[in-house]
Amino acid sequence: MADIALAPRRAKTEIREATTWDQLRHNKNWLGFWFMLPALAFLIFFLAYPLGLGIWLSFTDTRIGRVGHFVGTENYEWLWDDSIFWLSVFNTLLYTFVASAIKFAVGLYLALLLNERMPFKALLRAAVLIPFIVPTVLSALAFWWIFDSQFSIISWSLKHLGVITQNINFLGDTTWARICVIFANIWRGVPFVAITLLAGLQTVQPSLYEAATLDGASRWQMFRFITYPLLTPIIAVVMTFSVLFTFTDFQLIWAMTRGGPVNATHLMATLSYQRAIIAGQLGEGAAISSAMIPFLLAAIMVSWFGLQRRKWQQGESND
Amino acid sequence: MHDLTRRSLLQGGTALAATGMLTGPALFDFAKAWAQSAPWKAEPGAKLTVMRWKRFVPAEDDAFNAMVAAFKTATGTEMNVFSESFEDVQPKASVAANTGSGLDLAWGLHTLPQLFPTKVLKMNDVADYLGKKYGGWTDAAAKTCKQGDDWLGIPVATIGGYLTYRKSAVEKAGFKQVPSDFPAYLELCKALKKNNTPAGFALGHATGDANLWLHNVLWGHNAWTVDKDDKVIINSPETMKALDYAKALSETFIPGVASWNDSSNNKAFLSGELFLTGNGISVYVAAKDDPSKKELAEDIDHALWPVGPIGKPAELQLAVPILAFNFTKYPNAAKAFIAFMLEKENFEKWLSGARGYLTQTLNAYDSAPVWTADPKNAVFGQASKRALPASGIGTPGEKAATAIADFIVVDMFANYCTGAKDGKTAMAEAERQLKRIYR
Repeated sequence: MADIALAPRRAKTEIREATTWDQLRHNKNWLGFWFMLPALAFLIFFLAYPLGLGIWLSFTDTRIGRVGHFVGTENYEWLWDDSIFWLSVFNTLLYTFVASAIKFAVGLYLALLLNERMPFKALLRAAVLIPFIVPTVLSALAFWWIFDSQFSIISWSLKHLGVITQNINFLGDTTWARICVIFANIWRGVPFVAITLLAGLQTVQPSLYEAATLDGASRWQMFRFITYPLLTPIIAVVMTFSVLFTFTDFQLIWAMTRGGPVNATHLMATLSYQRAIIAGQLGEGAAISSAMIPFLLAAIMVSWFGLQRRKWQQGESND
Repeated sequence: MHDLTRRSLLQGGTALAATGMLTGPALFDFAKAWAQSAPWKAEPGAKLTVMRWKRFVPAEDDAFNAMVAAFKTATGTEMNVFSESFEDVQPKASVAANTGSGLDLAWGLHTLPQLFPTKVLKMNDVADYLGKKYGGWTDAAAKTCKQGDDWLGIPVATIGGYLTYRKSAVEKAGFKQVPSDFPAYLELCKALKKNNTPAGFALGHATGDANLWLHNVLWGHNAWTVDKDDKVIINSPETMKALDYAKALSETFIPGVASWNDSSNNKAFLSGELFLTGNGISVYVAAKDDPSKKELAEDIDHALWPVGPIGKPAELQLAVPILAFNFTKYPNAAKAFIAFMLEKENFEKWLSGARGYLTQTLNAYDSAPVWTADPKNAVFGQASKRALPASGIGTPGEKAATAIADFIVVDMFANYCTGAKDGKTAMAEAERQLKRIYR
């Protein structure tokens, strides 16, 4: 009796149509989606939302302490005619271009040097990393003292050596101040470039150099036709990050000069902070930050599309 | 953040006794008696979180903490006090205002309560009580905290900034004292430079020091950022005169002032490289406290800012008002604490602890012992009376505070004095920046 009673019920269960929920649970494509969901949520909440909020704020007159209203492109219109903003754009581009170029040159040189056989190589490699592990604010404060208008150790030494009679106005002169902050940035950034390129160099097969040596290639030819082509993808990644870090630098400038003298070292990041947080104009500060996005996107695009190009990836010239 | 206890206060009593502060049982007895008769009774189980600016004179901090501990014991109110640098007070107070939590009281700079008038507890009764009891408020202090007839906060004190100079250098330059008018003052600076004992005033982004002397030059020439209706009027012949005067003055300065922050002139003065500057009393206090700088301390004196063509004092001083948020669960405790801080038994001793760094905003404290304890302190006692609100002749509020925080006046002068821009361009740029804020 029991069997007879249960049989139709089981049959009824078996023929039930799969619901959407069943499909979402058992479809392998959807399963992949479920696994990606935490990462997606993380990206939305911690990356996309702040970016979106920043862009939205740039179209409002929000101040610290009160909610703002939509003002369209007004903040951007004011910035368009703002000489301090354009000075900060110029400073940022100069700072990024000069510091990144020198960081690359010095970093590559150090990487090649540390890739050679030499005594105390491990110790030297560790020493190169020191600037990178010192907290930025601490190194900025050290440089602030080194370049202080009254108490610079450089001025003191040169005076005692009879080279100069007056202190060098390192941070009080616009040109000197720019040189000083760029120097400090290079000092901090070189280890990142050097160590990453060194890692890349160590992936190059020694047999390639041996073959080139047998062919009678000079050291320059070996660098030009073996090292450089194989290092190009790493250079592209390293320089992208280096440019991004330099372009968005804040701590070094804020601790050393606060954008001075006469705004000669104000970067877009520091000006944004001054306007948004110190002066309380969140909308305008957000507009300055948002204005950085096109520059940053351009830097990323160069690297991204470059890496996609097979010939460039292989170190050959582009089509 | 720290929680003060009676035990910790008693342990720190020695330092406070050195400043003449009520310590130990005497302070607690006063506090208990006050709490019983005060117009505001702290709510049972009250707990206040207070944010204040970071102290520059350690004894002031000790005196403040002693008051906090006594109030806690007398009223049973839990007190959590923490300090932030000047620049960080406003953003953190604003976050509290936006979120409606985190802080009960905030003690900050300039026109802080004006930034969020709808979020603060009206202090009319406290201001009325203290004003009537202690001879009324100074004009700038009241303007800084009032909106219409409402008190948005209480102007606890003013951090006075005046001229600090070496007597020997000024005498050698042929002056008995620092002149009180602009032309003679310029002549003094020229003579100081000639004698290789130069003056130096911050021309960098120094929130206190740079704004201090440059507003004296600007306002002293009857030049203003905005008029009484908040119309931008910086681009004027008077401003041009102020620029020319500041440039002539800056040519006598020690090199490097364009990079100076708020601590630079202190360092240069104490190291013997600087002979005249504008600052709070902290340079003198530091010299007095350092046994190796006894001679320097004896040679230091202070003077009022010179008066310009306007013919009357026109000074920007650093107002430090306190506010309570209206979302506090303990409004009576908050009001009681503010009133308690400014009672004579506390406040005069607190001023003594600050050693001239803080100046009273209630007229009855003009004769506080700190101003006669050392004749060199006396100048700073006038700061609140000679000051104008941060807005000058305009309306105190968030726009005036923004203009100061954005260094508009400082950058205008720095551009001209360093030769980065001509006068017309510097003024036009400042005018545009101000119109951006006052739009």
